[in-house]
Amino acid sequence: MFFSPFISKPDSVAQIMLKVLLAMLPGIALYVWYFGPAILVSITLASITALGTEALMLKLRHRPIMPFLKDNSALLTAWLLALSIPPLAPWWMIVVGTAFAIAIAKHLYGGLGNNLFNPAMVGYAVLIISFPMQMTQWIAPHGLGQVELGFFDQLEYIFFSRLPNSVSLDAVTMATPLDTLKTHLHLDQSVPQILGMPIFGQLGGHGSEMVAWGFLFGGLYLLAARIISWHIPVAYLVTLFFIAAIFHLADPHHYAAPLFHWYSGAAILGAFFILTDPVSSPTTNKGKLIYAAGAALLTYLIRVFGGFPDGVAFATLLMNICVPLIVLYTQPKVFGKKDQGLDKKNKVVKP
Amino acid sequence: MSKLYHFHGGIHPPSNKTQSTQRPIACAPLPSKLVIPFHQHVGNRAKPIVQIGDHVLKGQKIGQSEGQLSSAVHASTSGTVTAIDMQLVAHHSGLPDLCVTLIPDGKDEWITHNGVDYQQTSHSELRHLLRKAGVVGLGGAVFPSDLKTDARHQKITTLILNGAECEPYISCDDMLMRERALEIIRGAEIMRFMLDAAEVLIGIEDNKPEAIRAMQLAAASSGDKMKVIVVPTIYPGGGAKQLMRVLTGIEVAAGVRSTEKGVQCFNVATALTIYRAIQFGEPLLSRIVTVAGNVRQAQNFEALIGTPIDELVALCEALADTNGYIMGGPMMGMPLPGVHVPVVKATNCIIASSKKLFPPPPPAMPCIRCTRCVDVCPAELQPQDLFWFAQSKEFGRAQEFNLFDCIECGACSYVCPSHIPLVQFYRFAKSEIRVREHDKQLADQARERHEYREHRIEREKLERAERLAAKEKSAQPAVIESLTPQQQVELATLEASRAHIRELAKSEVEHTVESPGN
Amino acid sequence: MLNALLAMAAIAIVLGAVLGFAAIKFRTEGNPLVDKIDAILPQTQCGQCSYPGCKPYATAIAAGDADINRCPPGGEEGIQKLADLLGVEFKPFGGDTAAPKAKSVAFIEENTCIGCTLCIQACPVDAISGAAKQMHTIIAAECTGCELCVAPCPVDCIDMLVIEEKITNWKWKYPVYALAPVEAAGVAQ
Repeated sequence: MFFSPFISKPDSVAQIMLKVLLAMLPGIALYVWYFGPAILVSITLASITALGTEALMLKLRHRPIMPFLKDNSALLTAWLLALSIPPLAPWWMIVVGTAFAIAIAKHLYGGLGNNLFNPAMVGYAVLIISFPMQMTQWIAPHGLGQVELGFFDQLEYIFFSRLPNSVSLDAVTMATPLDTLKTHLHLDQSVPQILGMPIFGQLGGHGSEMVAWGFLFGGLYLLAARIISWHIPVAYLVTLFFIAAIFHLADPHHYAAPLFHWYSGAAILGAFFILTDPVSSPTTNKGKLIYAAGAALLTYLIRVFGGFPDGVAFATLLMNICVPLIVLYTQPKVFGKKDQGLDKKNKVVKP
Repeated sequence: MSKLYHFHGGIHPPSNKTQSTQRPIACAPLPSKLVIPFHQHVGNRAKPIVQIGDHVLKGQKIGQSEGQLSSAVHASTSGTVTAIDMQLVAHHSGLPDLCVTLIPDGKDEWITHNGVDYQQTSHSELRHLLRKAGVVGLGGAVFPSDLKTDARHQKITTLILNGAECEPYISCDDMLMRERALEIIRGAEIMRFMLDAAEVLIGIEDNKPEAIRAMQLAAASSGDKMKVIVVPTIYPGGGAKQLMRVLTGIEVAAGVRSTEKGVQCFNVATALTIYRAIQFGEPLLSRIVTVAGNVRQAQNFEALIGTPIDELVALCEALADTNGYIMGGPMMGMPLPGVHVPVVKATNCIIASSKKLFPPPPPAMPCIRCTRCVDVCPAELQPQDLFWFAQSKEFGRAQEFNLFDCIECGACSYVCPSHIPLVQFYRFAKSEIRVREHDKQLADQARERHEYREHRIEREKLERAERLAAKEKSAQPAVIESLTPQQQVELATLEASRAHIRELAKSEVEHTVESPGN
Repeated sequence: MLNALLAMAAIAIVLGAVLGFAAIKFRTEGNPLVDKIDAILPQTQCGQCSYPGCKPYATAIAAGDADINRCPPGGEEGIQKLADLLGVEFKPFGGDTAAPKAKSVAFIEENTCIGCTLCIQACPVDAISGAAKQMHTIIAAECTGCELCVAPCPVDCIDMLVIEEKITNWKWKYPVYALAPVEAAGVAQ
């Protein structure tokens, strides 16, 4: 016998996750267009690893395997991680990062719904700390590298670290726009000067800014489909814009424009896909605003003053720690209890 | 048009109401037997005042209300009492409760009853009449109406008639308003008189245009104090608290009476029952019941209280794949433990269920904290946190997070993508907390009684010691000197005879003690 | 010199007042720990813990003389609460303590009762009414189900009746999932 309510909306965790995956497709398509098909290899590799690790962990934890494999959450972690690391990274890095994300950051915390940290960002953090060299070898965008690798060349490099004869690694890889900016600022160049380099595009990096547009488009779909609420992306992007604007206005030679910060690195991806992970973000609306604003602040600080090329991952992880506290202090007043203070005042006035 | 307010959340489930509004309300034929529970209302169970074999008349009281919070129960038709025993009733527990079984004699013979002119009757007399007639709220809460029409302690400014009827499938109030609007308005006038309310607001959801027209027409005769207000269709907009909020902007938290804020709310069907009870002296013997769901032709019936639901559903022909019955709507209703369960005062709807209509919920997944439940919760709670606390039995935390403000509307479970039986968890936590509070009270009582007993034993010991001491003191011949010589002689002879008796007794004892040895 | 003396005196007076105020305001009657423990105990006064009542057992726990797992009516939940209060590990019921039973009330077979008052004297919460040579009866609402009245009865007329589940005392059960993916659901049971 089951109890009321006897009807429910036809919806499921798997469908929500699937819609998020679909929303990433425009960004991924543009990624392939500008950086070659290597990213598809890493996404596939990460997906296989994630599903395998998930199944293994579920078996070890004596949980039913199929319902959880079909919930698409492991795939989402895999895709986010694959998109965060350089596409030409060797295959074992993807495997190690994904396996760590699923086994440690997700299942050791209790599996789906119980992880304190965003698993993909934990995987990213582990990789960037353990293999900083490989994590900065980004593929050069279409038209900018000295040599462009074909799909099979990319495959060969990913799996066997072999490049075609007479091609050096430097010829096919580049630092990211954010990294380039940071390096050249250290060389006492000014921001306008640096942004004139070919690696930069209209707003952010050449190519990568188009990928960001793709993710923005997908994010708007998520908003329209009510998969995510507006609070986190808006608070994140607006805060990032304001902080960047303040610094930029104070010293335009040393600090890049706000839109540059939006369209470079993982800011857009983070705002719509990473920070909005429901499990590791606050549940209250006010909490979401604080969380996203905090993440934006940390992102900016890490990008501009920190040692890592991008700040989104660490900002997410640091704000993840604060979530329980944020939620506790942003509990909204419930129905009928909003005017409790007022009520007392009224009683004094009324005889 | 007055300003409407908005409450947070809500959902739009498919309404499925039109199936049962195609035909007018039909009078259900007299069933073969009636099973009338003694406990159909909030509060204490009524006390049986008939015996097996008694012949009762229609409208005769068979259960006496007990205590302040209770209500009377009447025979719905004339006939013979054949049993007073435990029978399955509509309750979530599926446990039996005390019921009268009445075999109708077919004559439907009324007991003498007459109404009063309410304007010439005192408020307390009117309340007494409602209590005698067993009138309780028919919207689902079945709270005794005599207690709700008591305006001695608070000033009521607004009387709300609830005709919103937001739950899917249910259309009994809709049909009642279409067909008997005038009687409802008459009842509302009586209630307004009893509460001395300044205005009456009748809230009806905009998916019932016929009912709105009928009620507007009927209300027009009562002047501008009676207003029909069309409210947007949204579940649970028919919840008393939600409707109050929409019509007046006033929010009432758990544990607070709406009358403290000057608002009282009744269901439209209750208004009609009050009218019949006051105007004609008719007790609450029947009500409108929607029969819907997996049936050939859904319809509303006026059914006697006590009608077994299988006889009622038979009138609509349940389809072959029917696998059970639900009393109430699909959002808050309860599955019935059997097909012979009787219609009670709270029965607004019977839904025949089938696997196709209400498929069993898919396997539950863990909560991913997506907060869809937060978005729809009309009480503005954090359902995902309450679920977490209830699940881990952290009842104190659940209470801190306002568990008792949950109205169990089921909107959270409806939208949950993980299909967690959220409302079940809240019901479990609430009932567990109530039991604990009750146990705590009992323990405190036991502690008090135990301490009092210890104290009493101590005191008795002390008193005995004092008595002994006092006795010894009085045994001393301190007062002999003050007696007359004659008294002294009497005392001396008395003493002497006592000494003699003592001597005798002693020797006898010695004798008896020795005798076994001999 | 004078200023310094005055200042010292003023400080002394203020601090003295604060201390005095605190002594009155925060004064504790008796031993608060014993009362806190006593509040957790179910007050059946049954003596199954081998102490003559709940309060003496609470006192013994507070003094460190007794284990927290000696109260069967309190159940494992009671032990858990005591463990939480005292900051010690949960302990399952020991070997010499009786296992927890379903809650019950005493019932006197009134035809058999000879009116000896022995049960009245045994009842720790005065839940039996009656007098010498008069039939006795249990006030069910006050009975804690301690069973202390059962043994003294010379004619064995007292039964312990398990409290049945009725509509009035029924409670919602812990929801059971179709698939139990959440650990807490299984562990907490």
